[in-house]
Amino acid sequence: MAAAGSSRLGALMYSKELISKKRDEFEDILEERRQSSDLRYAMKCYSPVIYKGLSACKPSAIKYSVLQSEQVQYVIKQLSKEMGESTDIIQEEAIEILDEMGHNLHIGAIRFFAFSLSKIFKRLFQRVCVNEEGIQKLQQAIQEHPVVLLPSHRSYIDFLMLSYLLYTYDLALPVIAAGIDFLGMKIVGELLRRSGAFFMRRTFSGNRLYWAVFAEYVKTMLRNGYAPIEFFLEGTRSRTAKTLTPKFGLLSIVMEPFFKREVFDTYLVPISISYERILEESLYAYELLGVPKPKESTSGLLKARKILSDNFGSIHVYFGQPVSLRTLASGRIDRCPYRLVPRHLPQRLSEDIQEFVTDVAYKMELLQVENMVLSPWVLIASVLLQNLPAIDFELLVEKTLWLKGLTQAFGGFLEWPDNLCANKAVTSSLALHSNIVSLVNGQVVLNNVRMENGATEELVFKQALSILMCGAYRNQLLNVFVRPSLVAVALQMTQSFRKEEIYSCFIFLRDILSDEFIFFPGIALKDFEEGCFLLTKCDVIQVTPQEILVTERGNSVAVFLAALFRPFMKGYQIISRYLSKETKEAFTEKQFILGIRNFAFQLLQTGSTQCYEVLSSDLQKNALAAFVRLDVVKKMKTTNGFTYTVNKEALNKTAEMFDFRIPIKKLVTARL
Amino acid sequence: TPFKILKWNGWGYNDSKFIFNKKGQAEFTGKRYRLSGMVLPVLKEWMEKTLGASLEHKITSRAFLNTSDVPPSIVNEEFLQDLRATKISYSQEAEDRVFRAHGHCLHEIFVLREGMFKRIPDIVVWPGCHDDVVKIVELACKHNLCIIPFGGGTSVSSALECPADERRTIVSLDTSQMNRILWVDEKNLTAHIEAGIVGQDLERQLGESGYCTGHEPDSMEFSSLGGWVATRASGMKKNSYGNIEDLVVHIKMVTPRGVIEKSCQVPRMSTGPDIHHFIMGSEGTLGVVTEVTIKIRPIPEYKKYGSVVFPNFERGVACLREIAKQRCAPASVRLVDNAQFQFGHALKPQVASIFTSFLDGLKKFYITKFKGFDPNELCVATLLFEGDREKVLQHEKQVYDIAAKFRGLAAGEDNGQRGYMLTFVIAYLRDLGLDYYVIGESFETSVPWDRVIDLCRNVKERIVRECKEKGVQFAPLSTCRVTQTYDAGACVYFYFAFNYRGISDPVHVYEQIERAAREEILANGGSLSHHHGVGKLRKQWMKESISDVGLGMLKSVKEYVDPNNIFGNRNLL
Repeated sequence: MAAAGSSRLGALMYSKELISKKRDEFEDILEERRQSSDLRYAMKCYSPVIYKGLSACKPSAIKYSVLQSEQVQYVIKQLSKEMGESTDIIQEEAIEILDEMGHNLHIGAIRFFAFSLSKIFKRLFQRVCVNEEGIQKLQQAIQEHPVVLLPSHRSYIDFLMLSYLLYTYDLALPVIAAGIDFLGMKIVGELLRRSGAFFMRRTFSGNRLYWAVFAEYVKTMLRNGYAPIEFFLEGTRSRTAKTLTPKFGLLSIVMEPFFKREVFDTYLVPISISYERILEESLYAYELLGVPKPKESTSGLLKARKILSDNFGSIHVYFGQPVSLRTLASGRIDRCPYRLVPRHLPQRLSEDIQEFVTDVAYKMELLQVENMVLSPWVLIASVLLQNLPAIDFELLVEKTLWLKGLTQAFGGFLEWPDNLCANKAVTSSLALHSNIVSLVNGQVVLNNVRMENGATEELVFKQALSILMCGAYRNQLLNVFVRPSLVAVALQMTQSFRKEEIYSCFIFLRDILSDEFIFFPGIALKDFEEGCFLLTKCDVIQVTPQEILVTERGNSVAVFLAALFRPFMKGYQIISRYLSKETKEAFTEKQFILGIRNFAFQLLQTGSTQCYEVLSSDLQKNALAAFVRLDVVKKMKTTNGFTYTVNKEALNKTAEMFDFRIPIKKLVTARL
Repeated sequence: TPFKILKWNGWGYNDSKFIFNKKGQAEFTGKRYRLSGMVLPVLKEWMEKTLGASLEHKITSRAFLNTSDVPPSIVNEEFLQDLRATKISYSQEAEDRVFRAHGHCLHEIFVLREGMFKRIPDIVVWPGCHDDVVKIVELACKHNLCIIPFGGGTSVSSALECPADERRTIVSLDTSQMNRILWVDEKNLTAHIEAGIVGQDLERQLGESGYCTGHEPDSMEFSSLGGWVATRASGMKKNSYGNIEDLVVHIKMVTPRGVIEKSCQVPRMSTGPDIHHFIMGSEGTLGVVTEVTIKIRPIPEYKKYGSVVFPNFERGVACLREIAKQRCAPASVRLVDNAQFQFGHALKPQVASIFTSFLDGLKKFYITKFKGFDPNELCVATLLFEGDREKVLQHEKQVYDIAAKFRGLAAGEDNGQRGYMLTFVIAYLRDLGLDYYVIGESFETSVPWDRVIDLCRNVKERIVRECKEKGVQFAPLSTCRVTQTYDAGACVYFYFAFNYRGISDPVHVYEQIERAAREEILANGGSLSHHHGVGKLRKQWMKESISDVGLGMLKSVKEYVDPNNIFGNRNLL
């Protein structure tokens, strides 16, 4: 039943995806801000619509009811029994946790934010575009059932922007689950708290009291309909601009009141926030290269003031259609185990429910991906990275236009500036990203990138920085392209016409890359069919019952698509080589990252590879996880975390899958 | 036979029904009930406002049964000869057979009004005593016939519906002539009674000697003792007297294997699983209950109604829970939600004097303005106390004191009494609705205390939603009340009705929505049924409700008791 269910969710998704998508229009909200007083805006009458079942109460009342809830009291009693501690002491602990965590939504703080954010946003961004239809649907949803906002996470701006928008449209401000690191920022932390943030520790899996208090806090706000709850499925800001695989903890907490039928339904609202230029772009690149991330501190934020003089282009915020959890669950988990146990007892999720939570998380992320706006720069970056170190401007424009067509055919959500000729669009994109690219003598070059052999370590580092920054923009295209591209890669790797063989290669690729890209669990065949469908639609391949043939016209497209994913293929190849040659005993993840970094640096310095992206710690970690998943690397828990050992035999087999066939560039084309 | 005084195509007595008089005002005809002969000035407006019904859109039932539509009676002559030899009365008349082909589910009434059943009993027999039943069952086994026992015909679970593909002769075994009280044992406070007796006759006859059973299901005017046993019935005053399983001391049932009964009449015994529990709730699948020994009580000297207004349903439920916790529930306590409270008001008769209407206005002012209750949120509990006068008054105070803790305000005896009276006339109201494109039904469940609020809210919301999705053009009436309290939970009763104008297949739509509501109940941790039973209507959920093994146990009992499926109504399993 579970399997049937999961394919059901999948089917729902694709039938929608395969027909041409209709999306809402955008409205620039900064336009009005530039014309009227920010102060008046900040002091405007603010009376958001509220949930019909809301019983109004203060934050302190919520804290009290969380503390007194059967759920929390039960855990306190349990712990007291186990540890021989008095319940009062544990209760005190719970109060501390609540104080550390709890939000303190306060209209004054919101007005302060509304005022200062207006100023800041107008400086930073040219436009902040919102689909107002989505806002209207959200407004409707907030009145009907408790709402959970699920935005993508690319920048700290994300949640500031969302609260700002909701304030602008007179909607209830969300309470936001934010990482506790913010608490280090004294004033800002408190301000965030007053604007509705509540804080969760990054890890608390072992701490039952913390978990109980936290979960009950979230659920109380949700059941009460106090305010929309907002958190990031991705768990953290994606440093690579690729959507990160979802985390399930918070999602399962907000779904539980529905599972237990404490609420009739819950709306999940996917929100896609796309940046033309990401504020933290260079910071991310440094981080990926292993230069440690500066701790969030207020003074650090002040230093960031110099970025205020910079231009970060447009932001697009797309509020997706609210998804009814009840509808998603219908027919899948009606028979849930909650009926036989008092609802306040902590219960491990059943397998069925775990699977369902996973499916919902992936579905929501795919909906985010679907409505991410792609700027012209994303196309330019993709072309550029395949034409290093430089490309003729005219040729770049031509190729960008070509890619625009392809992206649209694949259903990408492209925002091409209105009434702007391609030349101008490209020129203005280049200007916006002049820290990454320059136009020199009619040639577009990636800064610092020379692609020579025998470079110094410093030069390699600089080149890597540029390529990773640029790569973060290309990455935005990949989720739209991943299915057809992996078919193209499979065609290239197998050098075969046989559908069966190509499909099994596709499965291998999908499997190994499933931490890199978002695939709905368990529907490899559908993914494959969708990839083939899109390629067929663009006349790249022809599919017969047994064979897949690349058309002569389609060859260049197929080559491009495969090249788009070459950095990943190459990267994984290098990592598998490293694992087979350089590792002996058990190693930790830290050792692995250091080792692979040195190994890659050597390769890049000697010029034996051009794959700079293997230096990305994100790719390295994903690869390690993939090898663990494929049983090539064994993960073991020890007293100080995890260690890894390599199964060389299995590794060689996997390496063969890559090594044998990948360098061949030319595809076999059929005579048609 | 009863159908002379009872309606053939609706609920209850022929003389009692809701009508709109010449002035366009609603009126309840007849003389039987407190409401009889009264004008109900606001009912029309309520129907228009709540259900979108209008007097202009009327659809009436056919007036007479068209006997030519009725499936022919197929009975083999040898059986008829054997039957005649027993001197047991029987009939093959179309009217008699149709009357026993149904209960009171919406679809059954709908068929009566404008269609015809595919399959009905071929013959009706009226045994006069236990021995007659033994003879009939023997004949049925000999001739391989199908027997469907029939008591009061008030089933709302499709239990009386004849399986359409039953090829054997179907014998409707009507127990109504087995209606005597055989003896009363005042020392042990028990009475031995034939199972065909109808509730109101039983209470009246016992009352003549100062006793009662105290078992008062809402259908007690028509339902029979045997029916109560066969469906595990529950009575309004179960807090004082218990449900049928608490009342029964001894049961005699005729099965194809023979007669089943215990050897003594004792309050309790430890002799393996209680065989009574195979009989109670067997819904006519194992045999016919012929005689029952039931507990009796002296009629209480004093009876007092009461009512309490709560600011909202949550408070009301919390109060009932507290009353149950303190085990001080009156004979009956019921809590109706806001919609049903308003519905109750729609049935208020014309006020006799200006003074009364002035008082009503004052009460309303006090509650809504002075006490700050929202008229669209408040709800009412109705109470019934019984016992000796002093104790009742003491008890009353205790209950009102608890209610006060939940902001409950005493709202007078009259409101309480009217609440209980409505129970009996409400069934008539469906027939009025049917005349104006409104269909409706009630259903019930039992649920643990901590889930009562969530279940009520979710089920009502589900109904509203399903109506919208199924294309119902008007907002439905979706309302509930808590009708029984127990130590560990409560019984909840839902009313659901909608205006079906613009829908081509209303009964189908209705059934889909009812099914969805039942799914919702189960998902919220409610039971498949508290007292209506399973019949054929809720069979699909039996396995889920009692587990594979549980169902297997019941099947093996059926297999042993009735291997040839003589009692072939196909309920339950």
